[in-house]
Amino acid sequence: MTATSAEVLTAMPARERVGRLTTGRLFVRRSLLHSIRDVDALIISIALPVMLMLLFVYVFGGAIEPGGRYVDYVVPGIILLCAGFGGSSTAVGVAQDMTTGVIDRFRTMPIRSNAVITGHVVASLARNLVATAVVVVVALVVGFRPSADLLAWSAAIILISLWILAITWLFAALGLVARSVEAAGNYGFALLFLPYLSSAFVPTDTMPSGLRWIADHQPITPLIESIRGLLLDTELGTAPYWAVGWCLLIMVAAMLWARYLFRSRSAAR
Amino acid sequence: MDAIEITGVTKSFGDHRVLDGLDLQVRRGDVFALLGPNGAGKTTMITILSTLARPDSGAVRVSGFDVVEQADQVRRVISLTGQHAAVDEMLSGAENLILIGRLNGLTTAAARTRATQLLSAFDLVDAARRPVRTYSGGMRRRLDLALGLVVEAEVIFLDEPTTGLDTRSRQALWAVVAQLARSGVTVLLTTQYLEEADRLADRVAVLHGGRIVAEGTPAELKARVGAEVVEIRADDGTVLAERPVDGSPSSVQRAITELELLIGGGGHVVLRRPTLDDVFLALTEEVAA
Repeated sequence: MTATSAEVLTAMPARERVGRLTTGRLFVRRSLLHSIRDVDALIISIALPVMLMLLFVYVFGGAIEPGGRYVDYVVPGIILLCAGFGGSSTAVGVAQDMTTGVIDRFRTMPIRSNAVITGHVVASLARNLVATAVVVVVALVVGFRPSADLLAWSAAIILISLWILAITWLFAALGLVARSVEAAGNYGFALLFLPYLSSAFVPTDTMPSGLRWIADHQPITPLIESIRGLLLDTELGTAPYWAVGWCLLIMVAAMLWARYLFRSRSAAR
Repeated sequence: MDAIEITGVTKSFGDHRVLDGLDLQVRRGDVFALLGPNGAGKTTMITILSTLARPDSGAVRVSGFDVVEQADQVRRVISLTGQHAAVDEMLSGAENLILIGRLNGLTTAAARTRATQLLSAFDLVDAARRPVRTYSGGMRRRLDLALGLVVEAEVIFLDEPTTGLDTRSRQALWAVVAQLARSGVTVLLTTQYLEEADRLADRVAVLHGGRIVAEGTPAELKARVGAEVVEIRADDGTVLAERPVDGSPSSVQRAITELELLIGGGGHVVLRRPTLDDVFLALTEEVAA
């Protein structure tokens, strides 16, 4: 470096105040760039649900319901599994930011630094909606025949988005709790078992009574029943209310938890 | 108003008291070096100054703003380059610089221009478009320093800025710090290298056991040790023993006699000016004793 470049360097441009919206937009862009760069994770988050769907339809499907329309039954479950799996990478992303020094740089700037988390969540929503679309297209190829009209599709997409947001905020909070990036990855794995204990793959009335009670009352069952009802035009009942309620409850609780964790992790130093 | 005013700051982690009643004033436009061994509390003080941590007690003001009560105002006037490279691994070097520029309110065009300047100054043009995770340690460090210089700041904190830098980059950084000082920016840097403090700093404070044990210009601190240092060296130049003296013939004579007794003869005598190393050793030994 020459003397002139030292002069160029110290001719630093003035700072301007940055609004919340701009900050949020910049962090969303950052997280989207992360998603695109991490090609392996992106491919797996789409390929795994697709493979699971093929496994259920072609390997277990015949035994579970010899009629052959099992594909219609299982697709809503696969969509939610896909959302959960995609959301779990948020925990890793958040933990990565918190354990490397990069968060300290954001925290010493006059911005709302918890927008880092919001950026991860919004990017996760975008990523997961793309993955969901791929899953639905593959499902159509292997014989999924929904009977939904435009309105029902829109309602289903809104419900799926709500679930993605709820579970992503939960994973974001878990990413803040985790002391390492590896630990954050493992939390994601644990939460992925939830769909198996629901009406996603088999009707709950085949389960032992204790298990059945859990399966009937956990958040994923009303979600799946709602999406199934909307896409296949079957009886909805009260399932959509429960589904929306659960999603909002999980989302708000996880957001508050994440905000608290973000603050206390800086205050604890 | 001083750029930095620290009064009676304490900070403990569990039972371990890292800062133990630290007082310090740094004048506007000074380059101030905080000198101390590992674990002396240098980094803790920097994290408090840069609003990342709160002091348990005491008051800290940067550019007149309280770091706890007015953290946001403080954040508007500071820039921190910490010990661990605070870079986004997934983004490229250029994207890192542009993001920080945009987050500080620069337009996209202005942020790009600034990024180009910094990339060329820190010798990162060839790697500008590569993700940072492919960078070497030195490149990461250079990018980190560049990120601290994207926009203006009244007070710049550099925590061990030259650790892990090669000689060329180290000298480049020294040139930047000197230029910053000329343009009126206050720089507080921490270092374990006395040479660095000696070359760059207008004033130096020695931190030991969570307090400032000495403060002054490098010359003043050296004068505290004595005017001269008597050394006895082996024929190959290694120092066998040394002792600071006030420079009078009798003190030199006494030192030579004592040192000869200590090492039991041999070697030759050299008289030299004290360095900050001598100050540092003398001061930290005083405290330990």
